[in-house]
Amino acid sequence: MSVSPQDVEKVALLARLAISESDLPEVTERFGRVLGLVDELNTIDTETVVPMSNPHDMHQRLRPDTVTGRNDRENLMASAPAQEQGYFLVPKVID
Amino acid sequence: MSWETVMGLEVHLQLATQSKIFSGSATAFGAAPNEQADAVDLGMPGMLPVLNEEAVRYAVKFGLGIGARIGERSVFDRKNYFYPDLPKGYQVSQFFAPIVCEGVFEVPLEDGSLFPIRITRAHLEEDAGKSVHDAFSRETGIDLNRAGTPLLEIVTEPDFRSAEQAVAYLKALHSLVTYLGISDGNMAEGSMRCDINISLREKGSDALGTRTEIKNVNSFRFVERAIHSEYERQADILDGGGSIIQETRLYDAEQNVTRSMRSKEVANDYRYFPEPDLLPIVIDAEYIEAVRATLPELPGAKRARFTADYGLNDYDAALLVPHHALADYFEAVVAAGGAAKPAANWILGDFTAALNRNEIDITASPISAAQLAGLIARIEDGTLSSKLAKQVFDGLWAGEGDADQIIEARGLKQVSDTGALESMVEAVIADNPDQVSQYLAADEAKQKKLSGFFVGQIMKASKGQANPQMVNELLLKKLKDQS
Amino acid sequence: MTDNALLSGSVSSLRQQLRDRAVSSEELTRACLERIEAYNGALNAVITLCSEQALDSAREADKAIAKGDIASLTGIPLLHKDIFCTNGVRTTCGSRMLEQFVPAYDATVVTKMRAEGAVMLGKCNMDEFAMGSSNETSFFGAVRNPWDLNCVPGGSSGGSAAALAAGMAPLVTGTDTGGSIRQPASLCGVTGLKPTYGRVSRLGIIAFASSLDQAGPMARTAEDCAIALTAMSGIDAGDSTSADIPVPDFHAGLHHDVQGLRIGLPREYFNEDLDPDVRERVIAALSVLEQAGATLVDIELPHSHYAIATYYVIAPAEASANLARYDGVRFGYRCEEPIDLEDLYLRSRSEGFGEEVQRRILVGTYALSAGFYDAYFNKAQQVRRVITEDFTRAFESVDVIAGPSAPGVAFQFGAKQQDPVAMYMEDIYTLAVNLAGLPGLSTPAGLINGMPVGLQLIGKPFDEQTILNAAHRLQSDTDWHMARPQLETVTP
Repeated sequence: MSVSPQDVEKVALLARLAISESDLPEVTERFGRVLGLVDELNTIDTETVVPMSNPHDMHQRLRPDTVTGRNDRENLMASAPAQEQGYFLVPKVID
Repeated sequence: MSWETVMGLEVHLQLATQSKIFSGSATAFGAAPNEQADAVDLGMPGMLPVLNEEAVRYAVKFGLGIGARIGERSVFDRKNYFYPDLPKGYQVSQFFAPIVCEGVFEVPLEDGSLFPIRITRAHLEEDAGKSVHDAFSRETGIDLNRAGTPLLEIVTEPDFRSAEQAVAYLKALHSLVTYLGISDGNMAEGSMRCDINISLREKGSDALGTRTEIKNVNSFRFVERAIHSEYERQADILDGGGSIIQETRLYDAEQNVTRSMRSKEVANDYRYFPEPDLLPIVIDAEYIEAVRATLPELPGAKRARFTADYGLNDYDAALLVPHHALADYFEAVVAAGGAAKPAANWILGDFTAALNRNEIDITASPISAAQLAGLIARIEDGTLSSKLAKQVFDGLWAGEGDADQIIEARGLKQVSDTGALESMVEAVIADNPDQVSQYLAADEAKQKKLSGFFVGQIMKASKGQANPQMVNELLLKKLKDQS
Repeated sequence: MTDNALLSGSVSSLRQQLRDRAVSSEELTRACLERIEAYNGALNAVITLCSEQALDSAREADKAIAKGDIASLTGIPLLHKDIFCTNGVRTTCGSRMLEQFVPAYDATVVTKMRAEGAVMLGKCNMDEFAMGSSNETSFFGAVRNPWDLNCVPGGSSGGSAAALAAGMAPLVTGTDTGGSIRQPASLCGVTGLKPTYGRVSRLGIIAFASSLDQAGPMARTAEDCAIALTAMSGIDAGDSTSADIPVPDFHAGLHHDVQGLRIGLPREYFNEDLDPDVRERVIAALSVLEQAGATLVDIELPHSHYAIATYYVIAPAEASANLARYDGVRFGYRCEEPIDLEDLYLRSRSEGFGEEVQRRILVGTYALSAGFYDAYFNKAQQVRRVITEDFTRAFESVDVIAGPSAPGVAFQFGAKQQDPVAMYMEDIYTLAVNLAGLPGLSTPAGLINGMPVGLQLIGKPFDEQTILNAAHRLQSDTDWHMARPQLETVTP
């Protein structure tokens, strides 16, 4: 299965990655190679097989509805690239 | 051309758990920005979700409340998109296998009839944070306190044909979830948010037109207006031969129009896949029955019981039931000896008016159910005339004591003593000879009208305490005797 | 005791020496720190060194030992792969994206090992976001293999393996998603164990592929791995995927007896693609076990050749979502002066992530995207089950499955850079084990032209004990695991 540079650009947008014009051909080519590897999957019939998300047959454990969190804002926001008055800041978003 | 409106509603309901769906942070409203957001909520590296059992229970409660099939093995999925109030870059939701499957919700309409709405599914997911656009000049502030609050997303089939139906559904939903105790369902505060999917088609057609989605409408009134304005917009386009663009829109309450959402223009491919950090939720029959046993009497059943046991009409029952506390109050008044129909009238009339005027909730009512029952009893046994009853009501509200005390203190006892009343009637006849002559000269119809003057005088003289029915009887007899 | 003897001691022997007060934790820690100082310039195995903290912890450990308050790792210096979040200590995951990131919390593994008295020396270099098999993708520069400085140490736990092999610490931690403990262990001549999925908590480990990642120990002996595994393991309420299964004392349960042990040899691993030199070493190792009483059984894992395709859909897909949180908003790298939100995302991510990480994000995003989900992601999940069932079936007739850990010895820098797939083939023997969630270890099986090669042992779910025992027997009957690189001739 081959991919076009346009396909790669669409995927890159979904993933919020910027690929420069000059890099695009090589990125597309290498991307294509990985897809080539993956195409092997087409050769096996899995019609009746249940997909596996988790290797063991476990069920979700439930946690009691109690408040165990505490205000750790200072520590957790210490690494914030931009903050003010307790808010994380990003360039203004227009909805 | 007259078009048929076809709509489906998606409601996001905040579940009233103490802690968030995947972390132990508090869900309480009002904290300072990011003070209720722990490392899991912030999507910090290495953090993992753990599921809150109460969120599961609330979802199952809802499912049972609408008679839906509960998903015995439901799975969480990641819904992937980028937005600053979505810390992980994906929302943990349920796409492939929701916890609540198909059901039917019977919605009471204004005329008392029931309208069945098919619920497609209801699933659990986490809420996103909040973006604050107007606090900073060139930036948007992100507050993640809300991120991780449990939501139940309730999706209907496109069964709605009018704004009235949509609003009735939302009101009934609000009622149901408050009865179940799973949410306060408050649209204005954002604990119940409504998205409307709306399309138009020719009357009689089976096909579905292209739909638009109106997001996050936050009041019953706005829902109604948004639907009407979007209908107008789409009808105009279709009448002109154009076609509808499938898109997301917002309702602008000030301009009363819907607007296209610019930020949603980039087509979103959510790339749903099963959440690998969480395992399937397995619910067995035993669990379901245990939850079923905790269900309260639901609004539908209560409405039916009110009409059957108390003899109330559908209209009154429909008004008393939605607010659980009001319905309980009504039953307490009846249990304390108040007759059902008068109790309903008082509660739906003066009592509710007083609550609204004073802007208090029924739980803060200064009049207890027993006190109101006492008032009603005194009207029923003739001690109090209906007119003077309002004064007693005001006295009860002001905390002057109970009905008997107020009647006594203000001297409001209705005069029903025949002798006293006869004297009053004779006095009025004697004092008003011209009116008496007019009366005697008039025909039956006019007489009925003129008798009102005499009754009025007697009520004035007795400061409203004369028993009006008895006065009327005695008056008519005495006047007849004059002729 | 000379520093060298000290530094080549196993955890087991060092524990004894600490207990006997023949050496103090402070001395031991100092020796490690000096070793790191001497050779890290050449090897680049350690990204962050915590000398002061380490010495403080060492002194605390010595006090505890004096009081007789001795846990399983008291006083033992260790290095954590820089994928484990450490409170107050920078955790980079080998990436520019987290170059300045200091977590406000510890990974559960870190907490547990500290609770057992281990002394953390610092954080090891690794392939960026654990994506790689050569430790060449790290933002902090490549790691060199102590056996040959022109060669890679393997990856993604390359820094950990190299540090261990170079004697910088007697115990290191790693993580393994497709072979990232076992392959570097093989290339550096050390013992490395990937536990069963769910055996060890993933809380606080920076996620690559959630359904595949597992943390594990690397040490000089299987015995040491058994000690460390016991310390690291256990259900964690904070990790929904951690298994509710009791943790045996793997060290107490360790023994030499392999009489009647049935070792399965998949013919798919021992086909014409297997390098003859590697085959020779692997067979030699298996013969030792056979001589000791084990039985070698031919088995089939017919869908083995699908493992790489399956892995390279599932792992990148999960990673593409796990790495979406790196957006320059709340932590991590943010580009200079973003003009709007889209610019913030695009530049922060494109500048913060290296090429391999970006490639895998693209592949993963593609595999999940509309129109491709069924053919790629869902399909891969189905094939994953088929591969797992191969193992389940095989384990009906054998106790352990054996094969090579890697297709060859350590290769030269740049040798596999021209085609991403060439690099992915490094994990050809290890990937399936992660897909099936099974435990696997690599133990040294001698040298090929002076470079180490490993034997891989794969166990039944939660049966780490059996593969540890088999490795322990091998290490009792041979001295391959004792071989050390000649670092002293290296100019730092």
